[in-house]
Amino acid sequence: MTTTSLAVLVPLLPFLGAAAGLLLGRTAPGFVRPLAVLPALAALVLAALVAVRQGGGPPIVAHTELTPTGSVPIELALDIDGFAALVAVLVAFVASCVQIYSTGYLRDDPRYPSYAALVSLFTSAMLLVVYSGDLIVLLVGWEVMGICSYFLVGHYWETPEARAASLKAFLVTKLGDVPFLIGLFALGTDAGSFQITRVLGAAASGGIDHPTLIALLLLAGVAGKSAQFPLHTWLPDAMAGPTPVSALIHAATMVAAGVYFVARLLPVFEASQAAMVVLAVMAAVTMTGSGLAALAQDDIKRVLAYSTIGQLGYMTGALAVGDRGAAVFHLLSHGAFKALLFLAAGVIIHAAGTNSLAAMSRMSHLRDRVPDAYWTMTVALLALAAIPPFSGFFSKESVLGAAEDVATGHTDHAPGAAGWIVLVAGLLAALLTAAYATRLWLLAFRGKGAEAPDHGRQPLTMTVVLWVLAVPSLAFGGLAYRSLPGWFDGRDLTPTLLTSVLGTGLALVGGLLTYGTWQRTSALAARVPAAPAPSFEWEHLQGEAAAHPEGDASLVEAHALADHEPAYRDLAHAPDPGRLLLGPLYRHAAAGFHLDAVYSVLFVRPVQAGASLVRFLDREVVETYVGGAAALPRLLGAAVRRAQTGNVQTYVSALLAGAVVLTVTVLLVATGA
Amino acid sequence: MSLAAAPHGFLSPTGVEIAFLLVGLVTFGAALVTVTTRQLVHAALWLVVTLGGLAVEYLLLTAEFIAWVQVLIYVGSVVVLLLFGLMLTRAPIGRSPDADSGNRWAALAVALAAAVALVWVVVDAFRTTWMDLSGPAAGSTRVTGESLFQNWVLPFEALSVLLLAALVGAIVLSRKAKAEEASGAPDTAPGTASGTPATPVAATGEKEGAR
Amino acid sequence: MHLAYPAVLSALLFCTGLYGVLARRNAILVLMSVELMLNAVNLNLVAFDVWLSRAAEETLHSGQALTLFTIAIAAAEIGIGLAIVLAVYRNRGTSDIDKLRDTAEGPETEGPDTSAAEKAEATA
Repeated sequence: MTTTSLAVLVPLLPFLGAAAGLLLGRTAPGFVRPLAVLPALAALVLAALVAVRQGGGPPIVAHTELTPTGSVPIELALDIDGFAALVAVLVAFVASCVQIYSTGYLRDDPRYPSYAALVSLFTSAMLLVVYSGDLIVLLVGWEVMGICSYFLVGHYWETPEARAASLKAFLVTKLGDVPFLIGLFALGTDAGSFQITRVLGAAASGGIDHPTLIALLLLAGVAGKSAQFPLHTWLPDAMAGPTPVSALIHAATMVAAGVYFVARLLPVFEASQAAMVVLAVMAAVTMTGSGLAALAQDDIKRVLAYSTIGQLGYMTGALAVGDRGAAVFHLLSHGAFKALLFLAAGVIIHAAGTNSLAAMSRMSHLRDRVPDAYWTMTVALLALAAIPPFSGFFSKESVLGAAEDVATGHTDHAPGAAGWIVLVAGLLAALLTAAYATRLWLLAFRGKGAEAPDHGRQPLTMTVVLWVLAVPSLAFGGLAYRSLPGWFDGRDLTPTLLTSVLGTGLALVGGLLTYGTWQRTSALAARVPAAPAPSFEWEHLQGEAAAHPEGDASLVEAHALADHEPAYRDLAHAPDPGRLLLGPLYRHAAAGFHLDAVYSVLFVRPVQAGASLVRFLDREVVETYVGGAAALPRLLGAAVRRAQTGNVQTYVSALLAGAVVLTVTVLLVATGA
Repeated sequence: MSLAAAPHGFLSPTGVEIAFLLVGLVTFGAALVTVTTRQLVHAALWLVVTLGGLAVEYLLLTAEFIAWVQVLIYVGSVVVLLLFGLMLTRAPIGRSPDADSGNRWAALAVALAAAVALVWVVVDAFRTTWMDLSGPAAGSTRVTGESLFQNWVLPFEALSVLLLAALVGAIVLSRKAKAEEASGAPDTAPGTASGTPATPVAATGEKEGAR
Repeated sequence: MHLAYPAVLSALLFCTGLYGVLARRNAILVLMSVELMLNAVNLNLVAFDVWLSRAAEETLHSGQALTLFTIAIAAAEIGIGLAIVLAVYRNRGTSDIDKLRDTAEGPETEGPDTSAAEKAEATA
């Protein structure tokens, strides 16, 4: 088989799996699991084959025109360069892991068939985005991902949080998608084609007339999908979905799409200095803000969500300094360890029966209950904190190195200001990342108090996946940083000494600082006995968790999500180093710097006011006219009804009178009178 | 239309025309009384006058066979049937004040309009048309029989099927009435509505059969 | 003879019958009026047949044949019609046409004189 047809099969197989899963889900439940797992695995194998055949060489380009579409042709096009090949492997890899994990995690879920089909569709859409050589086809995948995320985040639609979160995810990403669509059209019109190769050619020859406008419009869509400030607010809320979905969204598919898109079209963005600076500012605000917010979160998955936002900030930062190799390198390593983090978090939530870090910190021996999750999560957190030699270190250092290059003026890919912004924010974010990673680890695994409830062993499918993902988290960066430049655009990805020392040093400082404050707070907490009210709640919660010890993991999670607010409002007084470290900022950081409130004032309230205005207009004004318009027909109807007397003679009279009138008329007309 | 130019004026009518006019006036007057009288039985009797007058008109038009058929069937049987019907529906013998429905003014308007339109059109179209009644009769029994059994045999036979159907229909209607009466007789206390109809409908059927 | 005489007489008779059909209350009187209309048509047919058999050498005598058919059909019609009227009379206790208003629209479906018992019998 040619590489092209292999590549076509990569997105097609999960799509067929999704279609078959949706069709057969009810009639043949036995086929659902193979239909979910096998297409993903096959796509992984094929994507790997494609990557091997592509081998970092010249891009594989193939296109066929389905139908003439007027002045700007839309084609089914494949465009596989090194970036696409490697990202596709990552996507298929993470998707396979998630599918296998889900068979264990949602084994008793009644909606598993539709869930698995949607995950397959999600994967397929992302693979389409990755491989597509045409911007409109890319947009199709892009939007399909949006709708899939809506359904998957809303998987536990019985809970109001999940409903609200799915709506929010959909609306916020759509808020970015509208400018994105306009930007795509503008770009296609300027370049005369939607094909990526031609667009890039036009950008190289300066054929784009409005680079800043187009870049900013596209950036809005990217910010929405990749959860960058200020459109990141949907991502922490999206934690209301099942954990594997979070892993999929955060590691490989949805959020990666934005970064990947910018990496693909980087020359278009580079044509505008302003856009690069905006990108840099966006990245910097995202990195630092999300780091601060992550330090203050109590929900383990929300901590991870904010960390995703921060790591995406690194990627956009790398793009802002014009180094897409570094961005995609970080995307790849981040995909591996973030998927691992989420899947391990799912295991921990299952074991602890709660998703609250504060509650976990009052639980001892949690790590003995879930040794696999404990060890793999440790690896992943080290990778997240960019401690050498874990993979995160190399990718993060490549980003910082690129920023330093630009800042010191070694390259002219991007404005120097962007370099400085990214470098400073990146170093600050390195400190914060290490701090919240340490906090997460300490609170989750070094808790003191009652023994964690024993839920028995975790399903094998779940633990095996963790170890499979731990391997790239541990070793991918170190193994790959030398060979990857051959796949990308040849820029060196080796860590430079200065940034390595600075970044690692700051990370260590952050970690040690957190450890120190944790020791202090836990000593304080040990002296002050727990307040009676929380302990009462805690007893209740233990009963709740014990009520279904053998229950399905996703069931436990759904309960944990639903119970979180009422059960843990008072439990927040746990030994939390974040509270001490952030000081007065803690309250604001915990609320995500009140961005939701700002949005509520800026968008929600005006829309609601407009809606009530429209309702008033509809009820009081339009309805009056409509009602008035109905009055005449009603009157006529009453008159006509009166004519329906049931008296045959009346009917015949009318009939004959009409006939006479008609006859006379015809006669008059015929005789010309 | 060669005869149209012949000098036949309305002001110098022939004898036939005068006879036709007089009989026509009687016929029309009887018809008017038929549709306006308040005594139902009188209406039937005036209908006899009308139909008889029409038979005379047929004779004047030299259609003698049709004239005798008219007398036999209409005057002889249809009117008798109608009288039977009046009796069986317990029509009042004297003047009934409500012989006309409330629709009469509308009916009058429609009828007058139709009459004006029709007369105007007919007069306008056939003002000068002259029919020649001299020579052999156009509707003698021989002529009519020949044309009927030479040219109109198939419709004639089809008509016999229609009459058969009408016969069967009348029988079916009366049979259904009998069944209904059998089931409904104990309930209906008056007995007037249910007791009489059995014979009249049967009589109708017999009449049809006889014809 | 002028053709206008029988034609006008026929038209007038027809309109008289028309008035009767529309204005009479008793169903049998309506049937009589229908007979009047049929006879008017017959007169027309005969007159035109006589005229055309001379003027246009029409040898089929279609007018007279049709008249005969009309008479036969009228006889059949009066038989069936009377049977129906009698059946209605037996069911409703009346043969007044303007009281047979089951197809009326709206709340005034029941005629003012139709008693409940008759309605029940009618629907039975």
